[in-house]
Amino acid sequence: MKPVFLTTDILIFLLVGIVVAFALYARNKPQIRESWRDVLRSKMGMGSLVVLLAFVTVGLLDSLHFREALPASEQQIEGEQHYSVEVLSVLDVVLGEMRTNVEKTYSAPFSAYLFTKETIELPGGGQAREYPRLAFGGIHLSDPATETSSDILSRLVLALVQAVVLVLLISLLLKLWLSLRHPDDASYSYSAIWRGKTELPWHVALYTLAVILFLIAAVYNLGTAYHILGTDKIGQDVLYQAIKSIRTGLMIGTLTTLVMLPFAVMLGIMAGYFQGLVDDVIQYIYTTFSSIPGILLIAAAVLMVDVYIANNPDAFETSVERADIKLLFLCIILGVASWMGLCRMLRGESFKLRELDYVQAAQAFGVSNRLIMTRHILPNVMHIVLIAVVLDFSGLVLAEAVLSYIGVGVDPSMNSWGNMINRARLEMARDPMVWWSLLGAFIFMFALVLAANLFSDAVRDAFDPRLRKRT
Amino acid sequence: MWAYIIRRILYAFPILLGVNLITFVLFFIVNSPDDMARMQLGMKRVTPEAIESWKQERGYDKPLVYNAEASGSDALTQTIFFEKSAKLFVFDFGSSDSGRDIGADIKQRMFPSLALAVPTLIIGMLVYITFSGILAFFRGTYLDLSGVVLCVILMSISGLFYIIGGQYLVGKILHLVPISGYDSGWSALKFVALPVIIGVVGSIGGSSRFYRTIFLEEMNRDYVRTARAKGVAENLVMLRHVLRNSMIPILTNVVTALPLLFMGSLVMESFFGIPGLGSYTIEAIQNQDFAIVRSMVFLGSALYILGLIMTDISYTLADPRVRLS
Repeated sequence: MKPVFLTTDILIFLLVGIVVAFALYARNKPQIRESWRDVLRSKMGMGSLVVLLAFVTVGLLDSLHFREALPASEQQIEGEQHYSVEVLSVLDVVLGEMRTNVEKTYSAPFSAYLFTKETIELPGGGQAREYPRLAFGGIHLSDPATETSSDILSRLVLALVQAVVLVLLISLLLKLWLSLRHPDDASYSYSAIWRGKTELPWHVALYTLAVILFLIAAVYNLGTAYHILGTDKIGQDVLYQAIKSIRTGLMIGTLTTLVMLPFAVMLGIMAGYFQGLVDDVIQYIYTTFSSIPGILLIAAAVLMVDVYIANNPDAFETSVERADIKLLFLCIILGVASWMGLCRMLRGESFKLRELDYVQAAQAFGVSNRLIMTRHILPNVMHIVLIAVVLDFSGLVLAEAVLSYIGVGVDPSMNSWGNMINRARLEMARDPMVWWSLLGAFIFMFALVLAANLFSDAVRDAFDPRLRKRT
Repeated sequence: MWAYIIRRILYAFPILLGVNLITFVLFFIVNSPDDMARMQLGMKRVTPEAIESWKQERGYDKPLVYNAEASGSDALTQTIFFEKSAKLFVFDFGSSDSGRDIGADIKQRMFPSLALAVPTLIIGMLVYITFSGILAFFRGTYLDLSGVVLCVILMSISGLFYIIGGQYLVGKILHLVPISGYDSGWSALKFVALPVIIGVVGSIGGSSRFYRTIFLEEMNRDYVRTARAKGVAENLVMLRHVLRNSMIPILTNVVTALPLLFMGSLVMESFFGIPGLGSYTIEAIQNQDFAIVRSMVFLGSALYILGLIMTDISYTLADPRVRLS
C-alpha cells in the first residue's frame, strides 16, 4: 500500500489544522467563546452542526488516499513493488462491497432484477426475453417477489436496534464527560440531558445523532445486499456515488473560501484603512472583477485549464490526480470570482473602525500600520468574515451542480452531485423513467445545504452585533 | 446630476479596459492561439500547416500587441489585441470561430432572452413582495415562523431540481405545455410559461426571506411607531408606509439587475431550448468558441456597469433625500 497525497487532501487537512488552531486560540478568549456557545445554545445550531460534522467526517475519510500494492508477477524484479493505478480512499475500504458490486446496467432501488430485458437461455432449451436477476443486488433471496419487503424490514429493525444501542452508549459517555467537567453541578444528570434541561441543548445533538446513526446502520445492513438507490447506466451503485460526492461538495464549499479569504481580507482592510490612492486602486480592481459575469469568468478560466490539461497529458500520474488538479483550479477560480462582496464589506467596516478612538490612540502612540491592521482592525471584522464564509458555503455547493451541468464544473470522471444530475438528465426521456440517480444526488445535496443554511443562520444570529442588540 | 452621470460613464472606461485586459490575458497569453487551434482541430495528428491556416482564417496569426513588421499606426492596429479586444469598445464583436457574425447573432437572440427574463422578473417581484409582506405582517406568529422555515427549505433545494421536476410534472405527466422549444410572436407564450413559473418558484425562498428582512427593518423605524401611535390601522401602516419605503431598497436592487436581463438565464434557456443569449453562451462554452465567450464577457461587463449607473440614478428618483454629487 502506498499513500497518495492529492493537493486538495493536503489543503483540506491544512484547513482542519487551521480550524483546530483557531479553536485552541479561542478557548482563552471569553468573547469568542461566548459567541460560539450562543451558536450551540440554539437548537437549530446544535442539530445542524451535528449533521455537518457527519458530512465532514465522511469527507475527511474520503480524503485519505492510497494505492493498493499489486500481487507480485513473474517478470517482476526482486524487491520492486508495483501499485494499482486505481486510487482508493479509506472511505472506499469502509464502504467495501458497495464499490465493487457493479451490475450490468440500470436497476431500480432495492430491485433484484435488471431494469432492461435481456434474452435468457431457458434451462430446458429455448430462449425468453426477461428481466435477468442482478449479479449482487438481492442475490441472497430465492424468491425476491415475496421475500424482499420482509427482508428489508428485518434488516431495518436490526439497524434501529444498533442505532439505539450506540446512541445510549454515546449519551452515557456524554453524561460522564459533562459531570467530570461540572463536578459541583447536580443538574447534569442523565435524565436532564435527555430532557433538554442542560444549558446547551445536548438532547438535540443526541436525537440528530440517533437519526444519522440509524441511517448509517441501515446503509451498513442493506448496502451490500441491495442497491439502496439502484444502479446507474454502467451498473455502479448510486448510493456509493452520492456518498463519494460528499467530498467534492465539501471541497468546493471550503477550499474556495480558503483561496478567497486572504485576498478579500487583506485588500478590504487595506482599502478601508489607508484610503486615498490605495483605496482607489483596490476599488478599481474589485469593480473590474465584479463587472465580469461570474459564470463567464469561471467558464473562460476552466476552458483555459482544459486546454492546458489537454496539451500536457503527461503531467499527471493517474486520472484521479488530473481530476484533483481540475477541482483545485475550479476552487481557485470560484474564489477569484467571488471575493469582491466580502472585500467591499470589509472595506466599509474598516473605514468606520479607523476613526474609532482606540485606533486613533494606537496611531498616536506610533504603532506601525501593519500592527494596527492585524491587531486592532482584523479581530474586529472577524465576525463579518465568519458570517460571509458560512453563508457562502451552501451557495457554492449548489453552484457546483449548475457548473457541472454547463460543462465547466469538476472533471467528468470525478464523483459529484452535479455530474450525477448531468448524467441522469439524459435518462429522463426513458419510459419508465430512471429517477433514482437524480433523487440520490438531490437528497444528499439538500441535506448538506439545508444543514449549512440552518447553521449559518445560527452563526449569524450569534455573531452579528446588530441582531444581538435586538434580543 | 448630468455632470455626475457623465463622470460615471467616463469612469466606466478604465473598468471596461481592465475587463478587456483580463480576458485578453486569459484567452491569448495564458493559452496561445496555437493551443486553441490544437484544441479545435483535435489534439493529436494535427499538422503545423493546419494550425497555421486555422489561425489565418480567424485572424489569430498576427502578433499579440505590437506588430514590428508593419509601419506607423499599423504597428498597433495590425495586432490581435486591437483586432480582437479593442474593437469590442465600439461593440464590434467580429465573427465567431465558426465564422458567424456575432453582432447579428446577439441582436437576433436578445428577444427570446427578454421574453423569458422580463416576465420572470415582474411576476417574481409581485409574488415575493406579496409573500414576504404577509410574513412581515404576521411577524412573530406561527404563520411567520412556518413561512420562514419553508423559505429555508425552498432555498436549500438545488435550482436544477425545480427545473427537472417542473419539466417532468407539467410537461411529461400533465402534458400542459411543450417541454422545450421556442416560437416567435405570441405563440412563444406556451413555451415561455413553464420556465417563467419555474424561475419564479425557484427563487421564492431566498428572495422572500431577503424582502422580509427589509420589511422588518423598516417596521422598526420611528415613523412607523409614530403612525401606530396616531392610531393608524396596522394594515394601513403596512400598505401606506412600510411598503412604500421598503420599495426603495427593493427597487434599486432590481434596477442593478435590469440590464443583465439581456444576457438571459444560462441554465433555464438551455434546459428549455430557448434560443436566447444564455443558451448562446452555453453553446459557445461547450463548443469552445472563444470569440463568442470573449464577446459575452465584454457585453456582460458593459451591462453590469450600466446597471450600477442606473441604480444611482434610480436612488435619486425614488428617494428625494438622496442627492448625487
